[in-house]
Amino acid sequence: MATLTHQDSATAEQLVVTDGARKTFITIIVAGVVVLIIGLLAAIMGWGAEEHAAAGEAAGHAGAASAHHEGNPVWLKRLLVSLWHSNIFFLGVSTIGTVFLAINYVAYAGWSVMVKRIAEALSAWVIPGAVILFVVFLIGRHDIFHWTHEGIMEKGNPNYDAIIAGKSGFLNIPFYLIRTVIYLAIWAYFSWKLRQLSLAEDRLGGTVWFHKSINASALFLVLYAVTSSMAAWDWVMSVDTHWFSTMFGWYVFASWWVSGIAAIALTAIFLKQAGYLKALTSNHMHDLGKLMFGFSIFWTYVWFSQFMLIWYANLPEEAVYYNQRLGGFEGRYTGIFFFNLVINFVFPFLGLMTRDAKRQMIIMKIVCIAILVGHWSDFYLMFMPGTLKGESGFLIEIGVAAIFLGAFLIVFSRRLASASLVPVNHPFLDESVHHTT
Amino acid sequence: MTKRYALGIFEDEDVLLHAVENVRAAGVKVHDVFSPYPVHGIDDALGIERSRLPIAAFFFGMTGLAFALWMQIYMLGFDWPMIIGGKPHIALPAFIPVAFELTVFFTCHGMAITFFTITGLYPRPKVPVMDVRSTDDKFVMAIELDETSSQFPRLTQLLRDNGASEVNQKEMTTK
Repeated sequence: MATLTHQDSATAEQLVVTDGARKTFITIIVAGVVVLIIGLLAAIMGWGAEEHAAAGEAAGHAGAASAHHEGNPVWLKRLLVSLWHSNIFFLGVSTIGTVFLAINYVAYAGWSVMVKRIAEALSAWVIPGAVILFVVFLIGRHDIFHWTHEGIMEKGNPNYDAIIAGKSGFLNIPFYLIRTVIYLAIWAYFSWKLRQLSLAEDRLGGTVWFHKSINASALFLVLYAVTSSMAAWDWVMSVDTHWFSTMFGWYVFASWWVSGIAAIALTAIFLKQAGYLKALTSNHMHDLGKLMFGFSIFWTYVWFSQFMLIWYANLPEEAVYYNQRLGGFEGRYTGIFFFNLVINFVFPFLGLMTRDAKRQMIIMKIVCIAILVGHWSDFYLMFMPGTLKGESGFLIEIGVAAIFLGAFLIVFSRRLASASLVPVNHPFLDESVHHTT
Repeated sequence: MTKRYALGIFEDEDVLLHAVENVRAAGVKVHDVFSPYPVHGIDDALGIERSRLPIAAFFFGMTGLAFALWMQIYMLGFDWPMIIGGKPHIALPAFIPVAFELTVFFTCHGMAITFFTITGLYPRPKVPVMDVRSTDDKFVMAIELDETSSQFPRLTQLLRDNGASEVNQKEMTTK
């Protein structure tokens, strides 16, 4: 009966970040630090180190792996790689806020107005994430990117690698940094721009802001399509320098995108349960659930497209990627490889299949968290075998991820609280309030 | 079986929606509503239960998946084993695309056939239509009458009060 009931339009709502919430965020950071310190101690003391070393040797693939030993001890390598890993995940999810916004503007979508401010706030992490990305790259590039090794592209040098030298036109540090600056500048500019237009709309009203936002969104989407794909090559695929996959840009985007939608849905549920977003109904959750369901399948489709072609062709230079993950390094990654498929495909697929599931806060909440954890471990699987070979672990990685999560939530909630949770002058606000599925 | 119906003809979907609510509130059972296009919210207004078609779809999909896997495993594993690209006879990753396609194929055909059968919309020589204008620009609300049509004058008044532009009687032979 929802369409027939008279309902007043939504009014402005101001989020207040309570001390309790702030304490929770700090607790997450502190817990992360504790786990990180335990992990670092474990790595420095070398608990289980013999096993690691053996695994590393056993998995030495011709030239590709473990040919060069860096000076840095394992604990420092692991710290740097996991900083890079968690940062790429959070930075990507953060940017999805603006992508979600832009797609909904270009599609003239009305239903999503109710969660628009959440998407805007999600992009608050783009700037901190970009700063961390540069710092980690400058400090830790030798431990993350094989192609940055001294002399690897110089003929006659003992480190010389002909295949990597052939990629020097693209994979060299100045060009890499220029590209990274361009991606991040585009993402940061458009998330700032769309936010400013939205805030101006709140203050001044009128439809002019809406039309300006559509223009900015259309331009951003074109640029994002290219930059997200290239960022995936640069930041993620180039850790496996010898290897390449034309599906990779899509694969990383699919992972970011479905996690971003899960983050938006999860925030909407938390806000709703804290008494905010009064006009948000199960109809909006239903649509977010459909997107999560659909894009979990999309991620699997891209994953499988990449896997099956490599499996079928069985070319050594391609198949090494799956050799490392399926049974390589004494089976170190085999478990997480299948866990990745179950939590990112089977679980959302069966969990969100029915209409009722998508309209239940509790089921949506569980699936959102599963998707976020699942795609974080998807990135784990993309980074670890190429960088740490058989030396990866979980304590340091989870500690770093928790620190990132706490910091992310502080920045995110500050941005959420800085404006009304409901964009009161958005032309489609009423449509969103009366949305039925 | 032949039944008599009172047909309220409406010009506008919003008028129709409110009329449906008021007529039902007055204690009259609405047989069905016919419209040129889907009217948003009409299911709720008519109090129609949600369709169980998705459950059928799930089982059609499972059937398709099972059939696809059985077919490929039987053909390539037992009936005519061949070595392709050095892979085992039963190479599951290679079967997934076909399994996916047949799951979709069984699901959509099964759903379409089930839908047409249940709603009686399947193609046939003589299609029962309450009022042909409901395929063009009019909205038609049908209310079942008893044999003597004794309620017809009262229904005419009720429908007219709720914005019907005309009210007719029609005899229909349905399944």
